[in-house]
Amino acid sequence: MQRIGVFVCHCGSNIAATVDVERVAQYALLEPGVVHAEDYQYMCSEAGQMKIIEAVKEKNLTGIVVCSCSPRMHETTFRNAAKRAGINPYMVEIANIREHCSWIHKDKEEGTEKAVILARAAIAKVNLNTPLVPGESRVTKRALIIGGGIAGIQTALDIADAGYEVDIVEKTPSIGGRMSQLDKTFPTLDCSACILTPKMVDAAAHEKINIYTYSEVDKVSGFVGDFTVDIRKKARSIDMDKCTGCGVCSEKCPMKKIPSEFNRGLGNRSAIYTPFAQAIPNVPVIDRENCIKFKTGKCGLCSTVCQAGAIDYEQEDEIISEKYGAIVVATGFDTIKLDDFDEYAYNQSKDVITSLELERVMNAAGPTKGHLERLSDGKHPEEIVFIQCVGSRDVTCRGKEYCSKVCCMYTAKHAMLIRDKYPDVNVTVFYIDVRTPGKNFDEFYRRAVEEYNVNYVKGQVGKVAPMENGKLLVQGVDLLDNRQILKEADMVVLATAIEPEAGVRKIATMLTASIDTNDFLTEAHPKLRPVESPTAGVFLSGVCQGPKDIPETVAQAGAAAVKAIGLLAKDKLLTNPCTAQADELLCNGCSTCANVCPYGAIAYEEKEINDHGIRETRRVAAVNTALCQGCGACTVTCPSGAMDLQGFSNRQILAEVDAICR
Amino acid sequence: MIQDDIKKISGVNPYKCMKCGKCSASCPSFNEMDIKPHQFVSYVLNDDIDALLKSESIKQCLSCFACVERCPRDVKPGNLIDTVRQMVVRKRGAELLSPEEVTQLLDPELPQQLLVSAFRRYRR
Amino acid sequence: MSIENKEFKPKIVAFCCNWCSYAGADLAGSSRLAYPADVKIIRVPCSCRVNPMFILRAFEKGADGVILCGCHPGDCHYSTGNYYTRRRMSLLFSMLDYIGVENGRTRVEWVSAAEGVKFSTTMNDFAKTIHSLGENVRLGDIRCKN
Repeated sequence: MQRIGVFVCHCGSNIAATVDVERVAQYALLEPGVVHAEDYQYMCSEAGQMKIIEAVKEKNLTGIVVCSCSPRMHETTFRNAAKRAGINPYMVEIANIREHCSWIHKDKEEGTEKAVILARAAIAKVNLNTPLVPGESRVTKRALIIGGGIAGIQTALDIADAGYEVDIVEKTPSIGGRMSQLDKTFPTLDCSACILTPKMVDAAAHEKINIYTYSEVDKVSGFVGDFTVDIRKKARSIDMDKCTGCGVCSEKCPMKKIPSEFNRGLGNRSAIYTPFAQAIPNVPVIDRENCIKFKTGKCGLCSTVCQAGAIDYEQEDEIISEKYGAIVVATGFDTIKLDDFDEYAYNQSKDVITSLELERVMNAAGPTKGHLERLSDGKHPEEIVFIQCVGSRDVTCRGKEYCSKVCCMYTAKHAMLIRDKYPDVNVTVFYIDVRTPGKNFDEFYRRAVEEYNVNYVKGQVGKVAPMENGKLLVQGVDLLDNRQILKEADMVVLATAIEPEAGVRKIATMLTASIDTNDFLTEAHPKLRPVESPTAGVFLSGVCQGPKDIPETVAQAGAAAVKAIGLLAKDKLLTNPCTAQADELLCNGCSTCANVCPYGAIAYEEKEINDHGIRETRRVAAVNTALCQGCGACTVTCPSGAMDLQGFSNRQILAEVDAICR
Repeated sequence: MIQDDIKKISGVNPYKCMKCGKCSASCPSFNEMDIKPHQFVSYVLNDDIDALLKSESIKQCLSCFACVERCPRDVKPGNLIDTVRQMVVRKRGAELLSPEEVTQLLDPELPQQLLVSAFRRYRR
Repeated sequence: MSIENKEFKPKIVAFCCNWCSYAGADLAGSSRLAYPADVKIIRVPCSCRVNPMFILRAFEKGADGVILCGCHPGDCHYSTGNYYTRRRMSLLFSMLDYIGVENGRTRVEWVSAAEGVKFSTTMNDFAKTIHSLGENVRLGDIRCKN
């Protein structure tokens, strides 16, 4: 039997004005288990807390009920008081007689009656409370970053600078990501490579950072502080230690007509290749699907010319298993496929390109060496049409419902750069809305219009048709003039919607991180926890969480790093003790609870059970208390009633129900 | 109310329109129309149905449904135009065939669409 | 309840999730938005913690109405808890209706931490419904009636 003390707070006159606090205390004394009851002016004050501590010591109390304000306000205060008094903090329950009673009921009789019932419910619950101790779990002081774009690089640098080991896993042969494909960046127009390359070099040179390129995450197990991850290092066919990065192999490779991924298919690469000049690591990869040696067994030219003897055709995928305390997802984005957008003639004409392809065309290291020219015939264009929102803000199955956020700004950038370098080129932008919130962003867009005389037309393009003279007939509408526009353009640039990188759903599944209908990873709270996944220990960096530009990505990358550092800095994690627990005697191993658990906290183990003298091995649920967040979904779904939630057990809640309905 | 009838028959929710102009940009009869396809949506929103009933556009629309096909918000202004046209036709009830006559005129060679619109015409 | 007291004082049990609805009730309190004292709130971590058994027990013990409040769909602190609630309760409520506990006596509402007004109006409305339905006689354990 518990020895319970009930402490009724006046809260000045906040409670005492409409609740007869003395009567609440008197009635409380009549309840089972209650051996002490008193009321006081301010229970939360130091003097009030001392009253609790003294009563605990004097009367040997085992449980405490405080009738006061909301537990969201002072539950922690009173739990700490209990701790100071030498009893378990989880032996405290709060009856909320302020927010839920005195403040809303004007009639004192009515208020008092309700306060008595609320106190009764709390007393009934405390009678069944058990001391709970937060669990402890260890923290591996190492972070994993999935994705080696600017988001991943920045997060890795920030974590490593704080003194923790970081591994980056990047699926392509080099880090750098989308940013390395860009030519210039808005709104300052500085060259993307010039600001990115130093960061890539820093990451590669950092003694705390280890980079796995051409690698993928294969398997994730464990939980916050203690993840175990299998990383598949895909066979590069090159010995990375021997390779000097001289590039002779790529030069001599006879298979040269493979569309370059880095140049978005606009240029070619060889079968053995480094994606771009500043690639890190500067070690090539053999694309086995296109390599003559791997296809026919003949050739082997690269091996002959390699003086370092680094070519290794026998190399196999290698799987390394590593432990991590925190995982940051920075998988980034791609542009959507345009196969469903026939009206823009993207698949019919080489002169219709996406904005990301235009970045490559404008780039000095790109397929045209930075000269703006038509890809069909190499001619200098006179008329260029930009089309905004291609697939963005589109609720049909063709597109994406969201705004891709970056297109308005990069289109203004492209238009401005073209008008600056080639003043003879006419540039028209068809837009639905121009969305340029951000520091110096709207000024930038206005500069494109006012200084560079880019022709912005409010309206969409209905059709792009290749003409016999090689030009493109663009049929659009000017909604403000209410007229249709026909333009003969030399090039059409499509501001194509962005979408999360294709592999992200698989990664989210491995991490049990939640993902939305658009395949963006969900944050733990949209406003207050924007860089954390609801899965503890998993953090989000960059576009994998939602469309964003480079400054926002870098800011989020830093925020994710800080959250990861905050976790890695701890030696041990205290876990919420209000977790689910399975009664092994009742559990029949049906897996229903594991299916509803949003955190993947329930596993099954084969365990020897002593069921009233019968010893047998059964498959039973085991809750990982480090992962369980205590929602209780499993407790209700369990068909045999084996699952219960500590701190909110079935018996406790039923006791409250009984006390209220009595 | 006639506005509600139009919404019901056409299945169009004009509030979904984000005024991008894709419909008017796609329309092959744009220059022949007095009220442009994208304007149909706002006319319905503003309950200016009389103007639509009198408009030249309902005769000029080719029912090519390019606007329906390409509308990014699923508003389908072509269906609105078609509906308004139906309203006008229905008002002139006397000039119409009777439903019995329709079945007599059935011919396997007839396009499905014609059949459907004939039935729609006689639904009331 | 004393026997002489002829006035019907319904017993209403409200289950509120800790993160949204309980905070919404707190906000209703601090905004001084009154609702009948017949409503008594039980705090649960998530609306999905509410076992149908709790609701049956409440009716057995003489409750006249049970209302369950959780976060809005999509806003659940635990991501998906309220979706389970929605499905479970629609099943339970139709079963309760089948055995004679009117649909009006049970309700699920989504109340966010910012919706003090909604919490108060919901409780007022629910209490009114229970008043019009009168005392619940089904499921009540007669041993609880003395």
